Amino acid sequence: MITVSAKCIGCAKCVKACPFGAIEMHGRKAVMNDKCTLCGACVETCPVKAISIGRSEMSRDTAGYSGVWVFAELSDVPGGGKTVRPVTLELLSAGKRLAGELGEELCAVLIGHDVAGHAAELAANGAQKVYLCDHKHAQHYTTDVYARVTVDFIRRHKPAIVLYPSTYIGRDIAPRISSELYVGLTADCTGLSIKEGNLLQTRPAFGGNIMADILSPGTRPQMATVRPNVMKRNEPEPGRQAEIIKSETVIDEQLLRVKVVERHVDHKQSGGKIDEAEVIVSGGRGMKNERGFKLLARLADELGGTVGASRAAVDMGLHRKTHQVGQSGTTVSPKLYVACGISGAVQHVVGMSGSDVIIAVNKDPNAPIFNICKYGLVGDAHQIVEKLTEALKAKK
Amino acid sequence: MRIAVCIKQVPDSTQVKVDPKTGTLIRAGVPSILNPYDHCALEAALKLKEETGAEVVVVSMGPPQAEEVVRLALALGADRGVLLSDRAFAGSDTWATSYALSQAIRHIGEVDLILCGVMAIDGDTAQTGPGIACQLGIPQITFCDAIEPLKTGRIRARRLIEGGHETVETALPALATMHLPHDYQPAYPSFPQADAAQAKPYEVWTAADIHADSKLLGLNGSPTRVDRVYAPPARERGQVSSGGTAELVARLVEILKQESVVK
Repeated sequence: MITVSAKCIGCAKCVKACPFGAIEMHGRKAVMNDKCTLCGACVETCPVKAISIGRSEMSRDTAGYSGVWVFAELSDVPGGGKTVRPVTLELLSAGKRLAGELGEELCAVLIGHDVAGHAAELAANGAQKVYLCDHKHAQHYTTDVYARVTVDFIRRHKPAIVLYPSTYIGRDIAPRISSELYVGLTADCTGLSIKEGNLLQTRPAFGGNIMADILSPGTRPQMATVRPNVMKRNEPEPGRQAEIIKSETVIDEQLLRVKVVERHVDHKQSGGKIDEAEVIVSGGRGMKNERGFKLLARLADELGGTVGASRAAVDMGLHRKTHQVGQSGTTVSPKLYVACGISGAVQHVVGMSGSDVIIAVNKDPNAPIFNICKYGLVGDAHQIVEKLTEALKAKK
Repeated sequence: MRIAVCIKQVPDSTQVKVDPKTGTLIRAGVPSILNPYDHCALEAALKLKEETGAEVVVVSMGPPQAEEVVRLALALGADRGVLLSDRAFAGSDTWATSYALSQAIRHIGEVDLILCGVMAIDGDTAQTGPGIACQLGIPQITFCDAIEPLKTGRIRARRLIEGGHETVETALPALATMHLPHDYQPAYPSFPQADAAQAKPYEVWTAADIHADSKLLGLNGSPTRVDRVYAPPARERGQVSSGGTAELVARLVEILKQESVVK
């Protein structure tokens, strides 16, 4: 229910702010019509805080739910086999902090085939228990098998919080599970903390133009997908042990209804996968040609990074689609992002504004990229990249 | 074959600006568009229609003016349009939205394939598609960039995975979410198409029409709650330097040292 209190001064600012044209002025008072979607834009805008949105709190039984769980994602290694994806360790580090604050335990869910050996690495990174499913039908991720196993673990052992990486796998499985359990799920979080015993989930919305803090106070577990490269990783403590709890889920034909007929993972994407890179040297239209991207590759090698590209550069055929950064490409948040010859269109900025440090090189002093970078250099990107690489080489 | 395409009207997030004084979104005057990912899902459905003669039904949930995107979809070639519009839906999070849409799809009946955009550009959650598949108990194939019909009621789709892609097959009914191709250029209807669309069936359904449990809808049916919305911490406009190449390179080396990227 949305209500306008007697405090309303009839300024009509909310009428202008409403994206749906749902507010009319009746005399000196704002009134919402049927177009209202309860989006809350008017609540933010009202200068006298006269508008409020009320709701009845969902109160399901949350007692008995305890512990912070991390869904452990594995990645392929060349020649077969799996390794623990770095984002899993980031989530364990974040989970350890949350579990510590709640005084609860940190656990991991590990699913795959011949993967029991990875439990030690999860333990070294803080997991006190590992919920393990080792099954031949779980060799590669499929929604049905992985979701069934995880749902069964959750129903039986009742965690308070479950964190998933915001990857293709995490964003496939988490909504399936939240839908089945009827619990809250927040997508692509960049911040996690505890507020009055609940998980406070911070995420960007509207293409990064705004931040939202989200709670799921009435349901357990509270679930979130978490963006890679955002949470800081703790140092592992080798030798720590975790209790192993094995899955009792029966994997039958019904769970194998989606058949993977072909799988292709590119292990040598120019020095590494872009979404896990700590340093990204990215090029846009201003890098002009193939030679420009060769210069970027040399600089990236020198900095131990990966080459990314704006959509404009990908459309010009200068770099691969898999390394496109932005709204229709990949979202990255490396420690260092060097934007070369990139003007800084919103679609690009959305995909990289989470980087720790942004350095921009562009010949146009009015390029929007200079408004979001930490360091900007106005000059010819070709020349600067080439000379910088030489300077760094010479220093060695 | 009957294909349902779920579509959403969204503010064009590329045109949303932030008020530099108050830090709030300036939403006035931002045009509403068909969510680009949904536009791709619709185009994929229309391609399947060409190949198989399938019937394409579009479903949207939103305030009355969301009729615009349903009409657009009809003009682009969809056969039938449904708008779920009722104050009972207002404030729905992704859980409640996928429940409402799944009820609508049940009400349409005999749907073989459901196509959604991967995500909507106003929320970027990518949660509604899998939510609908779960509610209906059917397989989901998310982050697809290609889809083709196979004989005997099956489909094959190519989906993105970390660092690559995989090709999967499943029996219908199933749900797929479609990604934006990198050369995405939305098609717009011609005047004759738009004219012809006026005669196509278009219905508005309420929560009662789709037999939805009102306790599971809207703000009260949504497990998540927005606690606070605020402007992201402003990135200070950087220290912008200009000068000759040698000078700028020396400056860059200095910056990289300062940020401990190089020694």
